[in-house]
Amino acid sequence: MNTRCAACKYLRRRCPSDCIFSPYFPPHDPQRFASIHRIYGASNVARMLQQLPVNQRAATVDCLYYEAQCRVQDPVCGCVGVISLLYQEIHNAETKLAKTKAQIALFVDSNSAREDFEVESDLNVLLHEEGNEFAHLGPSNQVSFGFT
Amino acid sequence: MASSSSYNSPCAACKFLRRKCMPGCIFAPYFPPEEPQKFANVHKIFGASNVTKMLNELLPHQREDAVNSLAYEAEARVRDPVYGCVGAISFLQRQVQRLQKELDTANADLMRYACNEIPTALPVPPDMAATSVQPMAASHQRPVGSFYQPPATGGFSLPYNSLPWNDNPSAGGGGEGGI
Repeated sequence: MNTRCAACKYLRRRCPSDCIFSPYFPPHDPQRFASIHRIYGASNVARMLQQLPVNQRAATVDCLYYEAQCRVQDPVCGCVGVISLLYQEIHNAETKLAKTKAQIALFVDSNSAREDFEVESDLNVLLHEEGNEFAHLGPSNQVSFGFT
Repeated sequence: MASSSSYNSPCAACKFLRRKCMPGCIFAPYFPPEEPQKFANVHKIFGASNVTKMLNELLPHQREDAVNSLAYEAEARVRDPVYGCVGAISFLQRQVQRLQKELDTANADLMRYACNEIPTALPVPPDMAATSVQPMAASHQRPVGSFYQPPATGGFSLPYNSLPWNDNPSAGGGGEGGI
């Protein structure tokens, strides 16, 4: 059984045994080659593939297909439109992150101010209690603390 | 836009193709002679006839943007013959995912601070009332752990999620699955 690859079917030619397209354009997916051919042309794709090692060609064709589909869907911007959207998403996310971190900083500042207030309050309570403890000692009953 | 044919100087495209640059040359407005590499790249990747066909299918006011995006894609593919623009897209999508994770973490931290404010709030002395902090509005919060879906182009899945543009050197080259 000698089935032509999708590229040779599209180009209406015989599919040789060493066809450069056949590993990457199986006959059951004609749309794949049609999209790539529409944007890049068969000879350009063949030349690109020939200039690459065999182990990189499958990835190349996948990426060419993705870009061709983007261009078919958006003839003006192609996949550059996707890149622009992503840059915008990054900018939006960075802005939101900065705002959220600023709000967290407000909480942190507020907590540290409250902790300072608590420490001061505790100290005041402690000093007040100590004062009560020694309040029964009138001036004549004061134990000498070393001050005469 | 350059109109080099009006100056009797061929546009970059006609120079490259070694032909006379006629008035009304479809390439002339977009490929000025001062930028020869722009057309060279576009020609190498797309070919002159494909570009002509694409431009003819567009309205005149769309052509400049189309040529610039084609030039961008062509340059990306000249620099990286395997992944082209897809490499940049993959890298940017990972950046978006990383930022979204950071945002989710930050939102979770903020919620914790806000929740801790309520049960432990002490009676505020009159002179400190002006400095009380309002908790973040609920509309700004995203569900913790939600996964950001990058913009898709008509449902096409990105062929490669793990590309050389891995901004996390400690991670492997794969294992993230498809988009």
